[in-house]
Amino acid sequence: MIPRYQKIVFVVLLVVSIAMAVVLVRLRERAHDRLLKGEDVAPTTAPAVAPAEQATLLVANDADGTLVTEQRSLPLPKDPGARARAILDKLLEVYAADGSTHPVSGVPRAVAQVFLLPAAGKGAGQLAVVNLAGAFADGHPSGIETEALTVESICGTLHANLPQITEVRFLVDGASRATLAGHADLTRTYLTAEAVATTTPETGATP
Amino acid sequence: MAPQRASPPGKFVVVLDAAHGGDDGGGQVGASVAEKTVTLALSVRLRSLLTARGFAVVTTREGNVNLDGDARSQIANHAGAAACLSFHASASGAGVHLFVSSLEPKQPGRFLAWKTAQAAYVERSLKLAGALNSAFQHGGDAGPIPATLARASLPGVDSMACPAVAVEVAPIRGADRAIVTDVTDPQYQAQIVEALAAALLEWKTDWETDPAHGGGRQP
Repeated sequence: MIPRYQKIVFVVLLVVSIAMAVVLVRLRERAHDRLLKGEDVAPTTAPAVAPAEQATLLVANDADGTLVTEQRSLPLPKDPGARARAILDKLLEVYAADGSTHPVSGVPRAVAQVFLLPAAGKGAGQLAVVNLAGAFADGHPSGIETEALTVESICGTLHANLPQITEVRFLVDGASRATLAGHADLTRTYLTAEAVATTTPETGATP
Repeated sequence: MAPQRASPPGKFVVVLDAAHGGDDGGGQVGASVAEKTVTLALSVRLRSLLTARGFAVVTTREGNVNLDGDARSQIANHAGAAACLSFHASASGAGVHLFVSSLEPKQPGRFLAWKTAQAAYVERSLKLAGALNSAFQHGGDAGPIPATLARASLPGVDSMACPAVAVEVAPIRGADRAIVTDVTDPQYQAQIVEALAAALLEWKTDWETDPAHGGGRQP
């Protein structure tokens, strides 16, 4: 038989426990509300919208194996690495468009990064390390001409917009790869001057 | 099948390299045709034609076997060839694309660096490509074949110590860029091979009359 005083103690403890649980839940809800009220959802800085600038693209043409200079207007960031990436994104966007003179299937973020480093050669200049997405390389058409044109157009476009870039190396998914799609050598350092030598005159501006 | 190797010293030898092979199919040039199949077909056709005309021919492969770029270069360099043609095929572009190594020409030394051995032969490779280009422009009975001549970094060819040209065969296209003749077309392949054989015959004549070649081993 349980003594009466123990029953009373048990009931009191139970009531106190339930009351404390209710208080704790309520306190948590209040704290959450305070947090939401205190959070400043407004941006601290205005989004940077880069002004549209003219960029020079060296667009490959499979019909005659040449690079054709085209002017395009696009927002370009100030940082050279980001600028180089934005320009290359535009170039590859042109290749992925319908009616392209050098059709290459488009993939999101085909150019993952562009790093600019001091070139190892004697003359002043920079080495651009272009990190391509594996999906872009895997989906690139196979052939000496088509692969060489893609590589040359990237090198030439970089040099045309950032003249300090004199050398270009390629990575695919952050690692070295023997060829782009079975032919073009991606293990060597490309000189941008080689690509510029194969360029044909400008065809005019395209928005 | 083992590759053919026949290289009597001082003899005019042509090396034919059918790119890719074995596990490396190369690109897709048709609905179900791999590049390696077309390159082998071109190599075999040209080998037959040249052999019938009395040429000494060495092929890097006669079947569907794995062969890396170094092995191809070793075969070509061992043959002491006067001309090396590396066959490729592509569904992109139009006509025949001729490529010479983009290495800067260098004077031949006593030793050649393996990866840039072609540098000592680039000038002669350009002449050979010019002869091939001319043959395509003139064509045969079927008429000229559109051809382009360019430079490119070619890992296999760059190690070849001989006048070397990569021959990439692409479809013939009409004005609307639609394919008129596919690279798998036997008649198209025969036309290309005939033009190449004619150019090599001319190259052989020049080689035999030019004492500077000294048997074809020196650039």
